[in-house]
Amino acid sequence: MFYLESGQFSTAYRQDRRLFRLRQERLALWLTVLAAYTVVPWLGNDYWFSAILIPFLVLSLAGLGLNLLTGYAGQLSLGSAAFMAVGAFATYNLLLRLPGLPLLAGIGLGGLVAAAVGVLVGLPSGRIKGFYLLVSTLAAQFFVQWVLTKFSWFSNDSASGVITAPPLLLAGQDFSSPLGRYLLTLSVVLPLVLLARNLLHSELGRYWMAVRDMDTAAAVIGIPVFKAKLLAFAISSFILGVAGALWAFTYLGTVEPHGFDLNRSFQVLFIIIIGGMGSILGNFLGAAFIVLLPVALSVLSGVYFADWLPSGQLENLQKIIFGALIIVFLIKEPDGLARLWQQARARLRVWPLRY
Amino acid sequence: MSASSLLRLEHISLSFKGVNAITDIGFAVATGEICALIGPNGAGKSSLLNVINGVYQPQQGEIHFAGETRRQMSPHHAAELGIARTFQNIALFKGMSVLDNVLSGRNLKTRSSWLEQTFRLGRVHGEEARQRQRAEEIIAFLHIQPWRHAIVGQLPYGLQKRVELARALAAEPRLLLLDEPMAGMNQEEKQAMSQFIIDANREFGATVVLIEHDIGVVMSLSDHIVVLDYGKKVGDGSPEQVRSNPDVIAAYLGNH
Amino acid sequence: MSFLIEVLLGGLLAGVMYSLVAIGFVLIYKASGVFNFAQGSMVLFAALTFVSLLERGVPFALALAITLLAMLVLALLIERLVLQHLVNRPPITLFMATLGLSYIIEGGAQVLWGSQVHGLELGIDDVPLEVGPLLLSQFDLFAAATAGVLVALLSLLFSRTRIGLSLRAVADDPLAALAVGVRLRRMWAIVWAVAGFVGLVAGLLWGARLGVQFSLSLIVLKALPVLIIGGFTSIGGAIVGGLLIGASEKLAEVYIGPLVGGGIENWFPYVLALGFLLVRPAGLFGERAIERV
Repeated sequence: MFYLESGQFSTAYRQDRRLFRLRQERLALWLTVLAAYTVVPWLGNDYWFSAILIPFLVLSLAGLGLNLLTGYAGQLSLGSAAFMAVGAFATYNLLLRLPGLPLLAGIGLGGLVAAAVGVLVGLPSGRIKGFYLLVSTLAAQFFVQWVLTKFSWFSNDSASGVITAPPLLLAGQDFSSPLGRYLLTLSVVLPLVLLARNLLHSELGRYWMAVRDMDTAAAVIGIPVFKAKLLAFAISSFILGVAGALWAFTYLGTVEPHGFDLNRSFQVLFIIIIGGMGSILGNFLGAAFIVLLPVALSVLSGVYFADWLPSGQLENLQKIIFGALIIVFLIKEPDGLARLWQQARARLRVWPLRY
Repeated sequence: MSASSLLRLEHISLSFKGVNAITDIGFAVATGEICALIGPNGAGKSSLLNVINGVYQPQQGEIHFAGETRRQMSPHHAAELGIARTFQNIALFKGMSVLDNVLSGRNLKTRSSWLEQTFRLGRVHGEEARQRQRAEEIIAFLHIQPWRHAIVGQLPYGLQKRVELARALAAEPRLLLLDEPMAGMNQEEKQAMSQFIIDANREFGATVVLIEHDIGVVMSLSDHIVVLDYGKKVGDGSPEQVRSNPDVIAAYLGNH
Repeated sequence: MSFLIEVLLGGLLAGVMYSLVAIGFVLIYKASGVFNFAQGSMVLFAALTFVSLLERGVPFALALAITLLAMLVLALLIERLVLQHLVNRPPITLFMATLGLSYIIEGGAQVLWGSQVHGLELGIDDVPLEVGPLLLSQFDLFAAATAGVLVALLSLLFSRTRIGLSLRAVADDPLAALAVGVRLRRMWAIVWAVAGFVGLVAGLLWGARLGVQFSLSLIVLKALPVLIIGGFTSIGGAIVGGLLIGASEKLAEVYIGPLVGGGIENWFPYVLALGFLLVRPAGLFGERAIERV
């Protein structure tokens, strides 16, 4: 009933490849973006910006980065946090040592540095396949963390490798307030998501899925498999690098290499497992989940379980629930929340009928 | 050997760790013909196809294709030369839609780079529309329009076989290698597939080399038959010649 | 020169400890094709349970028995609640499930027993032993001896008993094993229980050395390079791989470490394993899979 679809046919190929084929959904998307820029700033408060929306956006971007590599191109990676770290530290150093470099340019270049590292890490994929490739990304994860901690040059000679946010100036305006940081993050994430969407629906996106599904057949029909894999590593690392810079500068404010450890890599992996691999929406759903669950848990435990749950156990409880959810999703819905959403949408399209 | 042969194999020998899969095989395929490779199981037919499009490298012998002579051919180069194929155990990209699978077959025809496509620059729009149109023509040719957006992994076996043929045809190949395109099909499906192959040969101008077990289909479909047994060639000629060849009969029915 | 040998031997003995953990992985991988990321948390759980029982005054032998029982129950629960439902899934899915498992077990262990560090006394003085011109750690020797006994027992289990035969059948081809009547689920439960036992031994040894604390579960990260070099399906390979990693790690730490500021043991084994893979993509003892198209 909400989806009065009749009469909406694509008469040109161009229409067929639009983001959403149905007018209602396109409208909903535009309204959401509009709301993100107008309604949310008006309704939101500092807590929501700083603690919920910004990490949600940044983690969605990080999830997108990993999804390109793992969900679409099929290359499993446990080194996401390393690429985020490279992006953050590269951006920091570029902005520090090249005075006059605009903020966005710094972030972009930081992403490019991360992309270069990504290509290096991805080189072994020409020889090593599948599960074993994990070693390369794990090696990167530990090595990058070590380098950034050991060599204080990267953190401008601070004691434990801590870096702080550079002034967040864009066209002369200061964006360092919670609202400012939110708008800045939003304005970086949305275009990147749009570009990623174009990429995934283009030839390279098909190459990646082909490599994921059956790389020997892909080679046989002429797809340049190794080049596709390297591009996957490069582009994924670029996005992760930008996400890392945002994480450090618009969310946390200060960060050290320890904040980009293996646990962070796991976190990003969980986002795409729960949200749905091979889906763009999935990254947002997964990130929302990861950001909101601890909040929901602490609220709930404050209200209901305050008596018998010792304070330090909240983190452990979270761990248990996350682990359990991963398993439940893998068993019941390996395509994650995104698939559940699709199913709900399919039902909604024919509601109030059944099918 | 006629000068108009598109593909010519000479003295091809292939072995895996001491096991001889193919021993000294040579034959020619004329441009525009449908050539069938037949023989008992394990005779080396699939291996021979794999040699032709570069998946296996033979230890000896030469492949002459489209004016080039090579022994070692990479699959990528074979694809560039215009060789496309289907596989015995369907090698489709199961997570992608039918349309995407067919489009992937056109990957060598695309000129724009990934950067241009990401930013939707200039020539991308026209090229995309052209690619889509060609893919749609092939989808229409094989009557699989209703399933164009369906995920291939969820389609029934017969449809998947057709999609694989579509992907191969999308590359506008000069030589089409089909490995048991009718395996597991009933009579009706086989007739439909035979018709598709004949049409592909006539309308798309593809020379066809196919492996097939159904002798009835082979006899009616092919212009030229090559018979293999235990990795060696035991028959080579028109359907009538092969049918009456005593070696061929012996290979199928056994000696004495 | 004798310093070099000391370092080398120290590394080899440390490597034995890595092998112990790796063996747990090999067992499960051999029988079910799953890389059990939760092995580390199982080690932690075993050690924590044992130590907490000891601290509550339970005698050594009884605590050991109870912990073993707990590991068995854990194995059964894992088989019933998780593995059973993921039978035909690709290995990546199973790996990620064990990732989730590791989170559950880690969190659960600490909810049950708390997250402070516990000391563990096994009654072996860490007084260095003099063997000729070398000084060796008594503890390391004890660990090596234990590992040797364990490996011998496991080898006997696999080659001489009927259960061992069934386990090898399951590892080779689960469907075929089913067809000849092997009880797949029972085999998996057995394997996970044995892996739990091996985890307990490893947990006790590591716990005595490092103290029983959360970082114990990070041992799993050291096991991966061991498995890559030694192969995922060979106990012998796990030993060789462990020794290699232990020795090279120690040598690198002592000789290369000072040049770059130390702390390289976190990533060195991985880079080493990566180098190995580039030369032999299927590992030292692995077989190259031939993809049939």
